[in-house]
Order: sequence, then C-alpha cells, then structure tokens
Amino acid sequence: MDLFKDFEEFKMDVLKEVGNIGAGNAATALSRLLDKPIDMAVPKVQMLPFEAIAERVGGAEKIVLAVFFRVEGDTPGNLFFILSPEAAKKLLHRLAGIEVESGDSFSEMEWSAISEIGNILAGSYISSLADFTSLSMTPTVPALAMDMAGAILSYGLLQFGEMGDSAMLIDTTFIEGKHEVEGQFFLIPDPESFAKIFAALGVPMSHD
Amino acid sequence: MIDEQHIVKVGMADLNVIRGQGLIRTTGLGSCVGVTLFDPLLKLAGLAHVMLPSSSIAREGALNIAKYADTAVPELVNKLKALGASQSRLVAKMAGGSQMFTFAGTGDSMRIGPRNVESCKAMLSQLGIPLLAEDTGGNYGRTIELDCETGILFIRSVQMGIKEL
Repeated sequence: MDLFKDFEEFKMDVLKEVGNIGAGNAATALSRLLDKPIDMAVPKVQMLPFEAIAERVGGAEKIVLAVFFRVEGDTPGNLFFILSPEAAKKLLHRLAGIEVESGDSFSEMEWSAISEIGNILAGSYISSLADFTSLSMTPTVPALAMDMAGAILSYGLLQFGEMGDSAMLIDTTFIEGKHEVEGQFFLIPDPESFAKIFAALGVPMSHD
Repeated sequence: MIDEQHIVKVGMADLNVIRGQGLIRTTGLGSCVGVTLFDPLLKLAGLAHVMLPSSSIAREGALNIAKYADTAVPELVNKLKALGASQSRLVAKMAGGSQMFTFAGTGDSMRIGPRNVESCKAMLSQLGIPLLAEDTGGNYGRTIELDCETGILFIRSVQMGIKEL
C-alpha cells in the first residue's frame, strides 16, 4: 500500500483531528439526548492489518451491535457505530426509559430505537466533518446488525481489500459516566478519499 | 469442537493446510467465504478465507493470492498437491458469503457475499472438485472448523448455534 507507506506523523494528527471533530460532535449530540456528560478518548488513528481491526472491539468472534453507514459524496467511506449488547440495553434504558428485556435479544422497538440513535450520532459525526472540510459527505440510511465483530467489520474493509491487507482506521471511543455506556466510532474512509481530505484541509500530499 | 486439539487458524484473506489430526479454523466470516478442501485418503485438509471474488480488481503491488476466490482456490489445491493430495480425490465444502447489512439502494459492494460464493463455485467446477455441502448466504456471521480426520465441517453462528456439514 504505497499510498500509506510514508504517512507522516502530522498527517496522522490531521486524521486524529478528523476523528476528534466527528466523534466530538456525536458525543455532544448523545450528551444532549441523555442529558449527561459524555467523555471521549483521544482518537486512535492507525494503519491496521485486517485481523487487528476486530481486535479493537474484542476479537473476531465477539458479539457486537453495530450500526453501519456508507458515507457518500466527495470522500466516500464506511462508518460504524459499535456498542456491546449490554451497553446498548443501558443506553436504551437511559434514553427512552424503555424497560429493556434482559437477555441477549432485542425487541423490534429497541432495535429501531438503536438505529435511530445511531442515525442521530452518525449524522452529527458526518455533518461536522463535512462542515470542517467543506466537502460533501452524506451517510446512507443506517443498517443494523448484531453479530460477530469479524463478520460485521469486514464490510468496512472491502475497499481497502483491493489495495492490500490493512486499512486506515479512525477509532474514537466515548464513555458515559463510570464506563457504564461505552461506544466506538470506526471511520474507514475509502483509500481514494484521503488525498481529498488532506487537500481540503490544506495538507500537501507528497507524490513519489 | 474440542479446544485441546491441534488447531490451525486461518485469518482473513489467508489460507493454510493441515494433515493427520486436528482442526483448521477461521472466525467471523461475514461476506467472506471459507472454502475447505479435503483429501479423505491422506487426511489432508485446507482452508481459504476468501474476501473478494476476483483478482482482476486488485490494485495492490504484491498480490495476496489468498484474498481472491479466483487465485485462492487454485493455490489451495496446489498446496495440498504439494503434500501429496490427488486433485481427483479432493472434495470441497464452503460456508459464509452472507449479506450482513441490507440497504434500500443495494450497491455492488453490498452484494459481495453472494458474488464471493459464485466465484468460489466457478473455480471449484473449473478444477473439477465436487462441492459436497455448503452453508452460504443469510444475514449472519459464521465461524467454521474442518476436522481433518473426518472431513466434517462445523459451522457456528450466533443465531443458529452449531451445524455440521
């Protein structure tokens, strides 16, 4: 993957800032929804082998709940909002006062509420990036799944798959209260999108 | 599915072989397809975790032949032949190729699972290897293990539990 071979430190910092702005706005939106402060960890930006990406959420077989958005526009990419099933239950309870059923299953109403929360958060993530970069970015309608992390996340790796065996991941975690609700945003822009993001932010791309 | 056994793990866009005893496993198949080949006489087995249907779309410098259906299946056959397998004895099973997410406007990349399955089947038939069984499609993830003594393929999923092929 020559394009990313010599990504300088400051380019990684720019991508961290991209994660910061996106997830920061999403965290603010969530904080308003819950009427509670939401903390955010420093974004992790890394070129990761495919195998290592599922490790970020607990391994390929770990059951996660994910809302997936394809981002369309000038800089296409893939955005996941990932929660553990337990965190999702807590979030529903806090937010809607929904008396969540215990166990691993979700009712149709819980399911659509999560999808809507994901939609609001992804909307603020992406629209703040669009504002920041003056690029057009629109998330598609949310698609929801609860399954093995490996199976879910591989959907976000297809575009990078044509170029190599690793992908550039912008990973941001937010935490509510005493780690009671913890969620992650994974933004994986398509390989072609990086040059446009950097150009929009005035970062020169080196050509070799 | 006994953990103390010898287990060979195959990662995403990877392939490997095992002989004699033990299991060969790959985890978290979504749209990816796990193709297994088995030589019952020599108790030789191979598994490829295929991610994309065709290497013709590859834009990478050094091609990872384990990643694409059209290159991974022949490579797996070659690896098994190098260990003494006979192509005419090889039998195949496969699992995966699901559509984890459904969208209103289904783009090409969303149909990647079925395309991976089709491409793996085309390669098998080109190589004259019979496909004995498959558990493909659906909208859920799978972890698979092939027992290289018996050729039984175990498929585990969140919704369906454990299935044997």
